Amino acid sequence: MGPMTSAAAANSPVDGILATASIVLSLLVAVWALVAAVRHRPPDRLQFVGLGVLEVVLLVLSVLALVAVGGGDRPGEPGAFFGYLVTLVCLPPLAWVLARMEPTRWGSAIVCAVCLVAPVVVVRLQQTWEVLGG
Amino acid sequence: MVETGPAPRRTNSGPGRLLIAVYLLFAIAATSRAGLQIATKFDEAPVAYLLSGVAALIYIVAAVGLARAGHTGRRVALACCSVELVGVVAVGILSLADKELFPDETVWSQFGSGYGYIPLVLPVLGLIWLWRTRRTPA
Repeated sequence: MGPMTSAAAANSPVDGILATASIVLSLLVAVWALVAAVRHRPPDRLQFVGLGVLEVVLLVLSVLALVAVGGGDRPGEPGAFFGYLVTLVCLPPLAWVLARMEPTRWGSAIVCAVCLVAPVVVVRLQQTWEVLGG
Repeated sequence: MVETGPAPRRTNSGPGRLLIAVYLLFAIAATSRAGLQIATKFDEAPVAYLLSGVAALIYIVAAVGLARAGHTGRRVALACCSVELVGVVAVGILSLADKELFPDETVWSQFGSGYGYIPLVLPVLGLIWLWRTRRTPA
């Protein structure tokens, strides 16, 4: 990581406080859901609220990314970047729907699993924005 | 766990639903990756990208099989999990033995190490789940 990386990072719309917040929030929901699953509890209100807030944060992140692209900035790997972006905003709804269908401890396990995947996708999203010379 | 009734347990509820969720995640991951690779740089590593495509298809079909939950669904899921297990082990060994064959990563390279070895664990969990929900003799 050199000055080139920090310059690219400064321009990256997916590498700010919002992205960090989404990662932290997602992990918090994952831990909360894991506790629920271990205690044989179905997904509770807090898990669904967490998924909702996470989705809002991810949508704002997407809008910022699209605004940046509209303003002339380009991700390093556009195809992969938009693939990850679309996947990312679909994750909380996926967890929501499946958790609603499964009002048992396994519903909580689903929320946990999806919320563990989301931070990975955020990091991949950041990597596909700032590709420096492949 | 001993089943109390003669009816087979459905594969699409309880732990099965978690399994379907993870299969869906892998279906999305593998499909987008394969789609992108085949669309943009197929010539660089045709074998690896075609394999990604096949893996993606298998994840989708396995998820559908588990979700359908009927007799056919179970057989479809069984076939998919078996092919997956054989695939991930075979590709894992091949990718270590002959790096030329897979110049770019696939979901199954190095036993799925790029995906936290979940591609290796997933078919095993699928087979265990199918076994535990099998039709109990009346």
